[in-house]
Amino acid sequence: MAPGSPSPPTEVAIAAEHLVRTFGQFTAVNDISFEVKRGEIFGFLGPNGSGKTTVIKMLTGLLPLTGGAAQVEGLDVRTHAEEVRERIGYMSQKFSLYDDLTVNENLTFYGRIYSLPADRLKRRMNEIIELNGLGPYLDRLAGKLSGGWKQRLALGCAMLHEPKLLFLDEPTAGIDPVARRQLWDLLFELSGHGITFFVTTHYMDEAERCSHVAYIYYGKLIADGTPNSLRELPEVKPEGTIRVEITTPEVTRALRLTRQMPGIRGATIFGQSIHALIDDHTDLHELQNKLLKEGIAVAEIRPLAASLEDVFVELTYRHQAKLEESRA
Amino acid sequence: MRDIFRGFGAVFYKEALHIRRDAGTLFFSLTMPLMQMFLLGFGIDTNIRHIPTVVYNADGRRESRELIDQLKNSDTFYVMRYVQSDHEMNDIIVAGKARVGIKVPVDYSDKLLHGMSAQVLVLIDGSDSSVAGQAINVSNAIGLQESLKRVLQDRNVMAVEMRPKMLFNPDSRSPNFFLPGLTAIMLLNVTTFLTAFSIVREKERGTLEQLFVTPVKPYGLMLGKLLPYLCVGFFELCLILTCMRFIFRVPIHGSVLLLAGLALPYLFAALSLGILISSKAASQAEAMQLAFLPILPSVFFSGYIFPRETMPALFQPISYLIPATYFINITRGVILRGATIRHLWTDGLALLAIGTFLLVVAARRFQNKVISA
Repeated sequence: MAPGSPSPPTEVAIAAEHLVRTFGQFTAVNDISFEVKRGEIFGFLGPNGSGKTTVIKMLTGLLPLTGGAAQVEGLDVRTHAEEVRERIGYMSQKFSLYDDLTVNENLTFYGRIYSLPADRLKRRMNEIIELNGLGPYLDRLAGKLSGGWKQRLALGCAMLHEPKLLFLDEPTAGIDPVARRQLWDLLFELSGHGITFFVTTHYMDEAERCSHVAYIYYGKLIADGTPNSLRELPEVKPEGTIRVEITTPEVTRALRLTRQMPGIRGATIFGQSIHALIDDHTDLHELQNKLLKEGIAVAEIRPLAASLEDVFVELTYRHQAKLEESRA
Repeated sequence: MRDIFRGFGAVFYKEALHIRRDAGTLFFSLTMPLMQMFLLGFGIDTNIRHIPTVVYNADGRRESRELIDQLKNSDTFYVMRYVQSDHEMNDIIVAGKARVGIKVPVDYSDKLLHGMSAQVLVLIDGSDSSVAGQAINVSNAIGLQESLKRVLQDRNVMAVEMRPKMLFNPDSRSPNFFLPGLTAIMLLNVTTFLTAFSIVREKERGTLEQLFVTPVKPYGLMLGKLLPYLCVGFFELCLILTCMRFIFRVPIHGSVLLLAGLALPYLFAALSLGILISSKAASQAEAMQLAFLPILPSVFFSGYIFPRETMPALFQPISYLIPATYFINITRGVILRGATIRHLWTDGLALLAIGTFLLVVAARRFQNKVISA
């Protein structure tokens, strides 16, 4: 298919069904299914070595599937790997730019890789330069840019050919917080124009910004949904419980006491406060009084929604418990 | 057809920029071979002359002194010392100060005068076979000459007279023999290193991974990488040939155009080898080590220094796998023997075949070991 011809109309950008990939005896990806809708920012999380990169390689047609099926932009990656690569953009975590080439030359190179005709390349370069604010740096060597600008340039290179789907592998690793914020603003803007993002990250606050997150743990997908739906999962928030935040200057002692009290299902320290899962009929005033009696000043106790970190921690525990059960 | 080379133009464009920007490396890789050429071209003489020789003349009369003068005049032996005992002569040879020891016995003149056969002892250090061979040949020849002189007396006619005529390099000039071969080794060196490094650098930077997610095809990538360095190698060849012709005065008997044309398949093979190396090496240090591997066999098995014909039968096939073997035949053929395409087309074809084979293996390795890993 010629580049630039319209994609088949589909509301689903990525459909992965029972993906399996083994390397010899080792199962890197174990029966994973998920669906990413057009225009979503899909956050793909998991510890290092859990199979994130393997999944990206499978979806971009670099790595043959051992089992299952995947459709990207409506195309089967097993039979149409090359067409898939025409339609997607990819930015690796190292911002793979050529340090000894200028910003302009890097962009031109990627434009030619995708065989953009001269007039379209020129138009796209102007658009990208304007969007990413690269104008003042066109003749600077990529190696002389700061981390944030390198990342913008890498993103620009990855979207020069107007892909409708972009894979970003840890796009914010090692860049300053301002650049990180600016990148996310840019992603939101682009996703508003119907571009889908597949983003891997280690930052929980970034996961919270995604419209759809999935968590992979050693080859298994153990969470998949919108951040809000994950917070409401019965495993995370069992029937008849609420989550509260107890703010106190003496967190360590308060934690020990809280854990001994009736109606407390679990408690952990978060900075200057304790996050606790408690029975929903527990009297919060009584809890505060009990702590006061022990000489602990409690500034505030208030209900709290589970964070994504809480969700992943809880689901990981449960997954490990299940694994041990099945082994026993 | 166009499709399997997809991305070629873009990669070529980029690679040309890399080369231009990194002028230091380019300059270094172009001038290093020339320095080697000057060192070897001026420094090495493959003709064996002035072998240090120690003489023990126990006789000392006119006949014995004439013999020693003959040896001296041959230009092969340089008498560095006269000694007075076997023991002394031995010591000097063992110490490596002299390669040859000549002992003229006490009764040498007596025996000659009485028409008897006189023996002269020639001790030769065999630790360098080419020096030893030359010493044997020349001392035998002088012995024969002296004998004939006495047998024939004044009659100056020989029954059989050999008239050797040296073709192609009548003065036995070393640069004529040495530099055409050196050209092949130097080209191999430069081009293999440059291509291997250019790809391994992309592996280290992670840009190679990025390229694989684009519609670039392995062959497009490889040819795009290969062609700029082919130009560099070709330019290098021109530099070398110019120096060889005008500084070392090596006459080029054949067509320079033919030589240039046949250099292309050789460069292609050398560059493909570089790409193959880069498919294995994960770092520049590793690439450096791997790129050294083909150099020694290319020096020793290609006929550059030692004739291929004297290699044991088991090793002869190895020389046919080495691209330098063919190109050395081509350079010596065109430069010294004035060979034409009629004599050399098989060498060109062999190089093309080796290059294609290496490139296909490299492309497959990239598909299986680098992309899907």
